[in-house]
Amino acid sequence: MDYSQFGTMLPELIVLGIFLVVFFMDTFGGEGVKKILTPCTAILFLLATVAIWLAPSASEGIFGGMYVNDTACKAMKCILNIGVFLVLLQSFKWADSEEMSVRKGEYYELLFATLFGMYLMISARHFLLFIIGLESASLPIAAMIAFDKYRYESHEAGIKYILTAVFSSAVLMMGLSFVYAFSMGSLYFSDLALAVAQGEMSGLLAIALAFVMAGIGFKLSLVPFHLWTADVYQGAPTPVTSYLSVISKGSAAFAFFIIFTQCFGQVYSDAWEWMLYALIILTITVGNLFALRQKNMKRFMAFSSVSQAGYIMLGVIAANALGLASLMFYIIVYVVSNLGAFAVIQTIEDNTGKLNMDDYNGLHKTNPWLSVAMTLAMFSLAGIPPFAGFFSKILIFTSVCSTNSMALYMLVLIALINTVISLYYYLCVVKAMWISNEEPIIGEFKSTCVAKIGLGLCIIGIVFFGLVSPIYEWLVNSVELSMWQPLALLGL
Amino acid sequence: MDITLPILILAIPIAMFLILGIGGVVMPRKVAGILGILGMGTCAVLAYTVAFTYFFSGAPEFISELGQRLQYQVFDVTWLAFTQSLVVKIGFLLDPISAMMLVVITTISFFVHLYSWGYMEHEPGFQRYYAFLNLFSFSMLGLVVATNIFQMYIFWELVGVSSYLLIGFFYKLPSAVSASKKAFIVTRFADLGFLIGILVLSYYTDTFNFQALTSNPELVMAECGGATFLGASVMTWAMVLIFMGGMGKSAMMPLHIWLPDAMEGPTPVSALIHAATMVVAGVYLVARMFPCYCQVPASMDFVGVVGAITAFYAAVVACCQVDIKRVLAFSTISQIAFMMVSLAVARDYVPVGEHWHAPGLGYMASMFHLFTHAMFKALLFLGAGCLIHAVHSNNYTAMGGLRKYMPITHWTFLIGCLAIAGIPPFSGFFSKDEMLAAMYQNSFFWGAWMSMVAGLTAFYMFRLYYLIFWWEENPHYEHHKPHDAPWQMSLPLIILALVSCVAGFIPFGEFVTYNGEPYHIHLEASVAITSVIIAVAAIALATWLYMKKNDRPAKMRAALPTLWEAAHRRFYWDEIYQFITHKIIFGIICQSIAWFDRHVIDATMDGFAKVTQKASFSIRGMQNGHIQAYVAWYFFGAIALAAFVWWCIL
Repeated sequence: MDYSQFGTMLPELIVLGIFLVVFFMDTFGGEGVKKILTPCTAILFLLATVAIWLAPSASEGIFGGMYVNDTACKAMKCILNIGVFLVLLQSFKWADSEEMSVRKGEYYELLFATLFGMYLMISARHFLLFIIGLESASLPIAAMIAFDKYRYESHEAGIKYILTAVFSSAVLMMGLSFVYAFSMGSLYFSDLALAVAQGEMSGLLAIALAFVMAGIGFKLSLVPFHLWTADVYQGAPTPVTSYLSVISKGSAAFAFFIIFTQCFGQVYSDAWEWMLYALIILTITVGNLFALRQKNMKRFMAFSSVSQAGYIMLGVIAANALGLASLMFYIIVYVVSNLGAFAVIQTIEDNTGKLNMDDYNGLHKTNPWLSVAMTLAMFSLAGIPPFAGFFSKILIFTSVCSTNSMALYMLVLIALINTVISLYYYLCVVKAMWISNEEPIIGEFKSTCVAKIGLGLCIIGIVFFGLVSPIYEWLVNSVELSMWQPLALLGL
Repeated sequence: MDITLPILILAIPIAMFLILGIGGVVMPRKVAGILGILGMGTCAVLAYTVAFTYFFSGAPEFISELGQRLQYQVFDVTWLAFTQSLVVKIGFLLDPISAMMLVVITTISFFVHLYSWGYMEHEPGFQRYYAFLNLFSFSMLGLVVATNIFQMYIFWELVGVSSYLLIGFFYKLPSAVSASKKAFIVTRFADLGFLIGILVLSYYTDTFNFQALTSNPELVMAECGGATFLGASVMTWAMVLIFMGGMGKSAMMPLHIWLPDAMEGPTPVSALIHAATMVVAGVYLVARMFPCYCQVPASMDFVGVVGAITAFYAAVVACCQVDIKRVLAFSTISQIAFMMVSLAVARDYVPVGEHWHAPGLGYMASMFHLFTHAMFKALLFLGAGCLIHAVHSNNYTAMGGLRKYMPITHWTFLIGCLAIAGIPPFSGFFSKDEMLAAMYQNSFFWGAWMSMVAGLTAFYMFRLYYLIFWWEENPHYEHHKPHDAPWQMSLPLIILALVSCVAGFIPFGEFVTYNGEPYHIHLEASVAITSVIIAVAAIALATWLYMKKNDRPAKMRAALPTLWEAAHRRFYWDEIYQFITHKIIFGIICQSIAWFDRHVIDATMDGFAKVTQKASFSIRGMQNGHIQAYVAWYFFGAIALAAFVWWCIL
């Protein structure tokens, strides 16, 4: 065996390295080492991100084509890393708190284990490797969700997550077994693509498609596979919720795009375009309708993220290079906007323990900067120009429109109408903070320096990602440079 | 060319805007003022360097071997790429007119910064004022160096915003607030036409880029493929609509109504924005798109006719104003219209007469006048600022006989008046002479009409001059003796006056022509002599009427009361607008629309909202907290999905 092939897996190895460093520091380090564990992890991870970004990408697959780390995959990993870094900054105060003192090492270990799994999900070109990635990305998350072990909701959320995850894995496996049958005994994406191209559309393939879609749709919380979302988001510790809402979702979206264009590209217009079409409409609409009535901020963000997942899927349904680029751009913007919102929620929860939207009434009188940050995040999520969310929405809509299909125009129209609904509930938060005349419930407090840095980075992202074009161009380039061309496979 | 300097030229003002805008709260006035002045000074030096390099370095990218000056894009980066063809770029275009505008803008802006240090010394919000000045300078610089029409549009709007902010600087005065709103709404309305024009043009030509549009205008025409709309070709519509944006910014009739009111802003702002830079944006736009306009004679006729009417109208109104800044405002409108006409007559490529007349002589003359006018009109406005500073009133009735009290202001103002009246050897004479020569070449009618306007210009400027500095001494001086302004304010006056004395001798044709080939300016003896005679006669008339206090003006006014009143009220344009907007649009049209809006649209929307709420309420059962239910939804959802596809295929 040629061990030099491992050189291509540099991102995974780096994450594994950090995992080991944290593990050893946590297990064998003394009190002093444990004290600096939190900042050390953040700094190490920042360096790792830079290293991954600088590391060369390889257009050729390794291990017989099971694993690919080309420019597009690298870009996806970098996007995830940005999000993870922001989450790390957010969890500073929580991780350094009294009750976490003995367990914070575990938190980081679990987190990096899931990140490792997500990397594999993105890079896998073989369903076996993909399943390994998926499972190592979802099982540790259940432990993270139940991390507040003395809090009842945290338990409940953990159980709910693990049960649903197991069930969804089972469904996915079943789908894959059909896939295995369909491709005459191979789990390589490329073999499957060939088999799909030569074979005919059959009930077997339809069920396989539906089950695979449901399996990945679970992680993305697409309706009707989303029901765990609200309970879990509410119960989990806030840093874990933000991790779940952006990183886990982002990696699943990338994997979704890769699998469906790579393997099933040939039956795009026959089958899965319409399945996804239905799912997107359901997801955006139902997510919005539920979000309208939420009063708990974390539940509210849960349903907002459900409806955002629908918008993310628009990039998949475009199924071309532009679609992938705009999907990636959407996620990077979603990362900063959503994490900005969560950072505010987290800071307020850390300092006052308040989580209801009504508690935010008149927030601008006591905490103007937090209110500004929250407002920007809400504007960006709702897609109000000139913030990044507007540009990511318009780019993803243009990518869908670039397919020139009447049905997809209609889809964009439905998405646009839903944007109006979403505007209502996003602005409810803004209204509570700025317009409500009631006396503020949350008193004045000073947030920590790290929280300020994290929030500041999010705001910079929200304001500048849309206005600074090189980011989008970088994504377009990395998509175009990568060797697997969804366009060629689709024959579009 | 290195891109550092061009980037710095844009970066310094915007950085200053941010620094002064954000940090101004905690910054002492002096620091803010010095920072602003130094920033703009640096910017001016850089702009001069760039312009100097462009004109004199002789580098192959700037000038061809045959001596033709070329357009050069220093950089042109993609900013927003929406689709393959819809790409918005931001760049820096160097060509004769943009290099010239860089010099004009930074010079005037620098002097205004310096001047404001004295003028605005005691005003609250001093730091904010400097921040806005920098925002304006940034926007205007971005506008002139735009490589494509979309970038120009973006900066065009930014200029509008900063003008709005500066006109309404004294936001506690209701008149300033309404003037700023008026300016913004009127120009914004005009920009609507501009935007539609841009969209039409780019839809047919598939490009925003100026070089692509202007280097081969025949091709652009061909791409429109003879499409017509309401009897006129698409290209005509596009060019006229684009010109509408120019009409708004350059205050051409009938969109001129905002400029006189804009005088509510601080006087240095009027000098910078409403005399020298922003208001010539319309002229600049036409010059920038000149080859395209030449392709569509109808649109050029439109430009010319609008310009000619405006020039005459504004000159007449200027003769009857009391507020000295309004006189200058109408004079600005009239002079800009002069430039427009000059551009319009330059379209004839056929040489006329026995000399070799450069085709597009009017283009060169128009740009020349833009340059000289910027200098002497800024001088006049800054002079007016000194007067207002001294007597605390805008009206000439509070002045009179000031020449003894304010010698520096007096002499510099006189130089400005001589320059605008077109008396040699001051700069206005040379540029105006070239413009008139171009007009006479086109037709005698244009020449005669515009000579009349030139005569009126000389008359009203000297009427203003005599009423301020001669006439009779105002009795108020005994209580409050007027005196010359401090050095920060006098120095710009003196320098600009010197520039106005010598700028006419610049061989402008060597630098700026419509196609980049040098043109040797020579005075057209007949035109020059005629126009000097007209100007001298007009000045003599003004002297006879206004030099010493007498009752001749009052008699004249009594003889033609209606005309005087009409001109004083600016021929009732404001009242007409008021009638149309309030009585017709608000009163009749809007009332019915409002009813429709309240009872139909709002009701529908309320209905939607109710349905949404109901739907939201009705599906709540889905989320019941039971994991069994969740899994069931999940599984049957997946099955349903498969069934859906299967059903679709069958």
